[in-house]
Amino acid sequence: MNKNKLYPRYFAFGALIIYFVLFFLPGLIGIGYSFTNWSAYSDELHYVGMQNFKTVFSSDENYMKIIENTLEFTLITTILKNVIGLVLALLLTKSIKLLNMHRGIVFMPSVLSTLIIGMIFKSILDPKSGLLNTFFRSIGLDFLAQKWLVSSELAFGSVMAVDIWRGVGYIMTILIAGILSISSDYYEAAAIDGAGGWAKFRYITFPLILPTLATTTVLNVIYGLKVFDMVYALTNGGPGKATTEVLYTAVFKKFGTGQYAVGTALSSVMFVIMIFVGIYMIRVMTKNEVVE
Amino acid sequence: MRSKKTIQAVIRNLIAWVFSAVCLIPLLLILFNSLKDKKAAASMNLRLPTLPIQWENFIKVVEKGKLATSFFNSLLYSAGSVILCVFFAALAAYVLSRNQTKLNKVLYLFLVLGITLPINYVALTKVLQVLHLNNTALGIILLYTSMQLPFMTFLIHGFVAKVPVDLDEAAVIDGCGSVRLFFLVVAPLLKPAIATASVLTFLNTWNEFVSPLYFLNRSEQWPMTLSVYNFFGMYFKDWNLVCADILLTSLPVLLVYLLGQKYIVSGMTAGAVKG
Repeated sequence: MNKNKLYPRYFAFGALIIYFVLFFLPGLIGIGYSFTNWSAYSDELHYVGMQNFKTVFSSDENYMKIIENTLEFTLITTILKNVIGLVLALLLTKSIKLLNMHRGIVFMPSVLSTLIIGMIFKSILDPKSGLLNTFFRSIGLDFLAQKWLVSSELAFGSVMAVDIWRGVGYIMTILIAGILSISSDYYEAAAIDGAGGWAKFRYITFPLILPTLATTTVLNVIYGLKVFDMVYALTNGGPGKATTEVLYTAVFKKFGTGQYAVGTALSSVMFVIMIFVGIYMIRVMTKNEVVE
Repeated sequence: MRSKKTIQAVIRNLIAWVFSAVCLIPLLLILFNSLKDKKAAASMNLRLPTLPIQWENFIKVVEKGKLATSFFNSLLYSAGSVILCVFFAALAAYVLSRNQTKLNKVLYLFLVLGITLPINYVALTKVLQVLHLNNTALGIILLYTSMQLPFMTFLIHGFVAKVPVDLDEAAVIDGCGSVRLFFLVVAPLLKPAIATASVLTFLNTWNEFVSPLYFLNRSEQWPMTLSVYNFFGMYFKDWNLVCADILLTSLPVLLVYLLGQKYIVSGMTAGAVKG
């Protein structure tokens, strides 16, 4: 059987062409445009060397703060989503009434549009009439009633909290699948040896879901570095000067003000970083596929 | 011993309920307030709506928010990208899985790399201009297709490997060519994967608003997510209407979630867990 004839490569051309032209190519030519003075106001393009990158990495501009924010967002949401997701996954693989309903409810925020979640939480976190502060006041914990999205100290934490609220169900669902794929033989053997709940977790569950945790970590990191919608919907980079600004909200603002070259330079920095993250991720994910 | 177990079970159930409540309350908040009048909804609390239920909120919001137009836009973009994305992803996944030559392996990895890569929206405007796809429905559909092809190809690729090659051989002996082999023999066996990919593509497209934000200037072309946000900007004092709009925008997604939960979970966990 001639494989090349039976499985002709042109079957894959549709996907490859659409993906290349509208997804990969903009990344490539974006790198090219990073070395020009491209803007909404320039009629001609001129080569300006590393100028845009100098702007991006210079200390007088705010970009380092933005990059720091993006990394902080990624680090904190990745850790907390994994930890809370794991706790939830462990809880919702035990014998609990209405187990599937609980799983379904915790996962539900993941299927809603981030923009809508942003609007809902703008109301809930409203300092005066928001549900959260009303709740705190009603149980006498007035000191907890803070200006969640409005004060510059709390805004970024609040954005991350809402993002964790939204994303933790997804991580939990993956981890549940990981826990359920562990053979019950291990637990039975451990029970015969007299292992308690903690010992079972420490010596069976945890080591065996480490590969799954590696995947959720990679997924969270990719999401965190690329985050745009949650920040845009909740604070749009504010309050004040870039307190919650992340890379992609900054790119969007550059786009809006017509400073295309700086925008595409910022994007390109990310593009190059993500190629390396991506190669690592493919290793993790295809390894699982092969084991299957 | 027995009572200790009972207490543990009670505590477990309680904690599960607390988590569920935290996830559910924001959604109940929207539901309740969409049924109140303007004054009662102004404080956005969890009190149950009082009679008479304000059903006309929904009618008002459909008119004021021009929801019919944006609903059809969302439907067009979602349906268009589901069809294109799943069709091309299935074809690519099939060939790249069945015929693993060196070049095909490289092409597969190149395609799947797109799962992590960010889109350079700024430079994309240039590409769209050159192709005359700026501000067009076709442009946005192709864009959604390109964004989701990497993951959907990856998803279906995993399923193709499970369809036995013996079937292909038998079909060839019976005189099937490459096109008929795929569409008549293999594709029907990929139904679960195709269903999963379709549901996920639909959800992602319905919820996405970044591409329209960059590339659709005219509000008549906006999908529901973007028009609800715009509505929120204009009528932020009428929380009853905003909530009704949010509810209508989320309804299709919630329906698909309730009906297709099995597919969504299997698709979203694909590749993350060795089966």
